[in-house]
Amino acid sequence: MPVTIFRIYPVLLALYLALSLTGCATTIANRPPEEPAMHSVSEFSDDERVVDIADPWEGFNRGVYKFNYHFDRYFFLPVVSGYEFITPTFIQKGVSNFFANIGEIRTLYNSAFQLKGKKFLTTFGRFLTNSTIGIGGLFDPATPFGLKKQSEDFGRTLGYWGVDSGPYLVLPVLGPNSLRSTGGFAVDAGIRFTTIAATDPFENVDHGTGIMAGISTLEAIDMRHKEKFRYYESGYPFEYYMVRFLYHKKGELLLMK
Amino acid sequence: MKHLTLAVILCLILLPAVGQAAGDGYGYPIPGSYDATILGTPDNLKPPPPAKISVRQLVLDVIPDLKRPDIFFYDEGLRCTLAYQDKKAPLVFLIVGTGAGDRSQKVVAMMKELYKAGYHVLTLPSPTHPNFIVSASHNHVPGDLTEDAADIYRVMENAWSKVKGDIEVSDFYLGGYSLGGTQAAFVAKLDEERKSFNFRKVLMVNPAVNLYNSVTRIEGLLDKIHGGPRKIGAYFNNMLAKFTEFYRHGDFIDINDEFLYAVYKSKLFSHDEDGGLIGLSFRISSAGMIFASDVMTNGGYVVPKNRVLTATDPLSDYFLVCVHLSFINYFDEYLYPYFQKKRSGLTREAFIDSLGLKSIEGYLKSSPKFGVMTNDNDFILSPAEIDYLRWLFGERTKVYPRGGHLGNLEYRDNMADFVGFFKR
Repeated sequence: MPVTIFRIYPVLLALYLALSLTGCATTIANRPPEEPAMHSVSEFSDDERVVDIADPWEGFNRGVYKFNYHFDRYFFLPVVSGYEFITPTFIQKGVSNFFANIGEIRTLYNSAFQLKGKKFLTTFGRFLTNSTIGIGGLFDPATPFGLKKQSEDFGRTLGYWGVDSGPYLVLPVLGPNSLRSTGGFAVDAGIRFTTIAATDPFENVDHGTGIMAGISTLEAIDMRHKEKFRYYESGYPFEYYMVRFLYHKKGELLLMK
Repeated sequence: MKHLTLAVILCLILLPAVGQAAGDGYGYPIPGSYDATILGTPDNLKPPPPAKISVRQLVLDVIPDLKRPDIFFYDEGLRCTLAYQDKKAPLVFLIVGTGAGDRSQKVVAMMKELYKAGYHVLTLPSPTHPNFIVSASHNHVPGDLTEDAADIYRVMENAWSKVKGDIEVSDFYLGGYSLGGTQAAFVAKLDEERKSFNFRKVLMVNPAVNLYNSVTRIEGLLDKIHGGPRKIGAYFNNMLAKFTEFYRHGDFIDINDEFLYAVYKSKLFSHDEDGGLIGLSFRISSAGMIFASDVMTNGGYVVPKNRVLTATDPLSDYFLVCVHLSFINYFDEYLYPYFQKKRSGLTREAFIDSLGLKSIEGYLKSSPKFGVMTNDNDFILSPAEIDYLRWLFGERTKVYPRGGHLGNLEYRDNMADFVGFFKR
């Protein structure tokens, strides 16, 4: 995953959280006393709660959710729009295909970890086809050949072997996750960087590190370019819960297959 | 909103269905009113989208110096969408249904068809959408047709002043669907006095004849779920469990149209359960409306009076409360008391009557500019109300044999009639 972003975002996040916390402290004075609302949740305790999803860190998660909105708005999305503006559509498509093709490796070993033979073979076929006929992954001839794109990651491998999803966790920049998917993400990233370090594809090239950083940045841009979701765009006051529900449910269903 | 609300609900059912057309020369295939409402129109029966469309997002500062509470920090003005032609053309304003935003799926479909036919189109959020309640409603209390129409009109004037330097407009038209259809009638009436636009024609698509009656009928759908409206949480969990089991046992990978079509075909949910989904979807929208209004007015209805909420405060308790409150609760405990205070002597009955077309029927009947499209099985209307529309608009009333509430809106014949009305 994007090395460059990993370097900047802890700094930005720390700065952001520090600023927003100091902002809160000033507004508390001179507030009239609260009066109870006409309706409260206790009236409806005879009904079931809707899809109770463990979210013990909701305050933190909401803080990061808000951070992601600002990060998108003042940094990430302008960069993505710039990319979309200067890059012809067919190149954007090629870039997306290229990174999707690299992502097949993750699906491949995680299918193996989960003993999913069919998924493994399909993915292997895709990777082979797209890397060769698809010119290093720039095109995706595998899909019209009937090899449908599969997806697996280490978070799901953990789930497959019985690890609970754990609490909901909104990650800076990356967005909705669970504790398990966060751990899985770290493992997948670790495997990837170990592989890159071992093979060292830019060994004999000047500025190899710079090229790697460039590729990672492009991957991050491509990722946001493909993602249509925009924080708070619905304008719905309970959007956070809708997103949490959809994320959780989707993860649960994916684990069944 | 709508985006996510629908994702949640449509996550449960939706899909292009293929059915047998009845022998009435009308090709929309889904016979059931709830099915049609939930499923909409199969993709292959929709008109093709325009090859290209020029769209611009407007963010309007409608109320100068408005102070927004911290919890709505992301709301920076009213969001409207303009689709513009490169040449002189008529401009159609479109008003959406309850809880919908300026880019709801239905209004975008209408926009594309009008655009193809050579119109400029400007869409605005519903006065019941949180964005409108926060940024464009002068009292932040949605529900009164006359006052909401005044807010809408102000938004239209504001939007027009913002774009009139950039586009050439020959004439103004107005359209709306569902609650937005009913509101269009009141906006048109206001336009007769204010004359900013002099709308040439006004089309109402699946409007409510009376807001209170229609919402009561939608709320009634929840009476038929297991345990009644107080148990919508249990109902939703139950529906979700069924849906999940169906997915587990089927040979599906993606949650896509194919899967959802299978859900529909399998009759996984009963008729009453389908109705419940519509009722629930409405409640999810109205929850956002109630909460946004209460926060903006510091009304002490669901949020303790004087409590200051921030962007990181948990809201799940408010969500649960709001979803369990019916429109009738909102009406009796919040909306009516608010207007009773403002208009002394206003009785409950008189207020209900003011929320319908009957209150302005003299004007509607005398004006030739109106047209209406609705369906024989639109459950938000009683048979008497459909007859009333026929009486009110005569020849300019088009009633399709099926389609539920807006299910057939995107069907190609409906779209052709929709655009045709403005062209004539």
